[in-house]
Amino acid sequence: MITEKPRIQFTPERLERAREILTHYPEGKQKSALLPLLHLIQEQEGWTSPEAMDYIADFLGIKPIEVYEVATFYTMYHLEPVGKHVIEYCRTGPCMIMGGEEVYAHLKKKIGADDGETSPDNLFTIKPVECLAACGWGPCFQIREKYYTHLTIEKVDEIIDELKK
Amino acid sequence: MSSERLKILTANADIPGIETFEVYRKHGGYTAVEKAVKTMTPDAVVEEVKKSGVRGRGGAGFPMGMKWSFLAKPEGVPRYLVCNGDESEPGTFKDHWLMKTIPHLLIEGMIVSSFALGANTSYIYVRGELMYVVKILEKAIAEAKAAGFLGKNILGSGYDLELYVQPGGGAYICGEETALLESLEGKRGNPRNKPPFPAVKGLYQCPTVVNNVESISTTPWIVNNGGEAYAAVGIGRSTGTKLISASGHLKKPGVYEIPLGITVNEFIYSDEWCGGIRDGHHLKAVVAGGSSVPILPAALLLKTANGEDRLMTYESLADGGFATGTMLGSGGFIAMDETSCIVRNTWNFSRFYHHESCGQCSPCREGTGWMEKVLHRIEHGHGSMHDIDLLVDVSKKIEGNTICPLGDAAAWPVASAIRHFRDEFEWHIKFPQEATRPGAVYRGHMELA
Repeated sequence: MITEKPRIQFTPERLERAREILTHYPEGKQKSALLPLLHLIQEQEGWTSPEAMDYIADFLGIKPIEVYEVATFYTMYHLEPVGKHVIEYCRTGPCMIMGGEEVYAHLKKKIGADDGETSPDNLFTIKPVECLAACGWGPCFQIREKYYTHLTIEKVDEIIDELKK
Repeated sequence: MSSERLKILTANADIPGIETFEVYRKHGGYTAVEKAVKTMTPDAVVEEVKKSGVRGRGGAGFPMGMKWSFLAKPEGVPRYLVCNGDESEPGTFKDHWLMKTIPHLLIEGMIVSSFALGANTSYIYVRGELMYVVKILEKAIAEAKAAGFLGKNILGSGYDLELYVQPGGGAYICGEETALLESLEGKRGNPRNKPPFPAVKGLYQCPTVVNNVESISTTPWIVNNGGEAYAAVGIGRSTGTKLISASGHLKKPGVYEIPLGITVNEFIYSDEWCGGIRDGHHLKAVVAGGSSVPILPAALLLKTANGEDRLMTYESLADGGFATGTMLGSGGFIAMDETSCIVRNTWNFSRFYHHESCGQCSPCREGTGWMEKVLHRIEHGHGSMHDIDLLVDVSKKIEGNTICPLGDAAAWPVASAIRHFRDEFEWHIKFPQEATRPGAVYRGHMELA
């Protein structure tokens, strides 16, 4: 008998977390765990690859298409490989009128990547996103779970230099 | 001044450690749960919320008690309370602030509200970008559970409640309650056709109430002090206090808890609140209730068309209808000074709605794209006079013709910008070279404040 070992699987800690998440929903409604589990596998793998999606489909006992259609609908799942740090900057009105245009232009120049691109050193990927619910503290971006607010050109330099270390 | 103001949500916000159960409890936290589950019936809690007159704080402003009273209660079918923490309306960040600052207030509100509705499993759906807030809430839930305020047989009352936090995946549309429920079921966030309403068929086709974070957070105070005390604050049908997310060119942007009924003028210029417009600048326009509501020029924002002081209430901001008024909406208050380009901002918002349209209804899916394209060409110096009427035409064809309100939300900012700032659009078209110079801003006959 030939058994194919899945190329992607949760680490033991994440497997435990995934199983705990499944308990949040009534019997038979485990598909509800799809978004949280996609976050979990992306946190582990860095991006949401087709293999990762297939693994989650298998894990939840749903069809792969049910995962693909969800992963492509929401903006937080990276469907292509990304750099070490994904900088998601808010491009919506309130941040833009507070100097966002200049700050983000500087950010892209400093990193050497444009919207949707990854820097040559593979350290940074830049993604424009819509409103991050931090309008009074803008301009802002987030890197993984951390928010960076009240951005200025000087502050961007500091943050990026620190992350390069 | 500020010390005299009644703070219903934020009274304890500045206390160090208020995010922990211990400190929150020490300052009177969870007394509403004790009072509700030990001394009140679920219907009595519903009655107090009805009396309070509190209206949905997510933007729609529908009376919360009435929404609760629609909940179907068929025998043997579970009921759900789902908190809408998807806060994504541009200009709005009060729920984000409230959840990260006083997480236990929402947890306490979820417990008393779930008790009132007879829900034994409840969810807080938080936009996925706020994963750090998800973790703050999960910690708060674990603390509350360890203290006996969640789980089986809460405080010996016989009432059981499990509370979970669910992260979204990044989609504005999931702030619409039926899209949120689809998302919570692990699907794309496509809004559902109504009826049936969630109160009859919601999560897993069971009766469900969906309420905003701020709305639910009012319930501990209402339980403790009574609905009438809540209704005593405010004016008319705008009862209680409201969190306003103030952003843009203000001296002190931030989240403020205001008693509904102060004047817009006071909110902008008083040191108690926003402290006025940044130095050396003047107010040009405001989007008063999140990006979806009509933009108003300064003069019409501060005074109604009849010359009366405009108040921070649902009714006063709407005075004059869409011809001369706007909406309180989510309380996302975006102030723009004379350096702001209305065309550029309108294009920015239309790009937002195009990006966020779920694609289900063609008027919204196609119309938002057209509006973005036309606004892009006007802003970049390639527009024609015909484009202005074309935008109005497209916006009218989206409005009212979609399953959910995203279509309206996309149409209103464009229609209102043209209604009040038509000369600025015309200037972009007539003088493209001037208008597309970096930093160029229209300096026409604009009345500033």
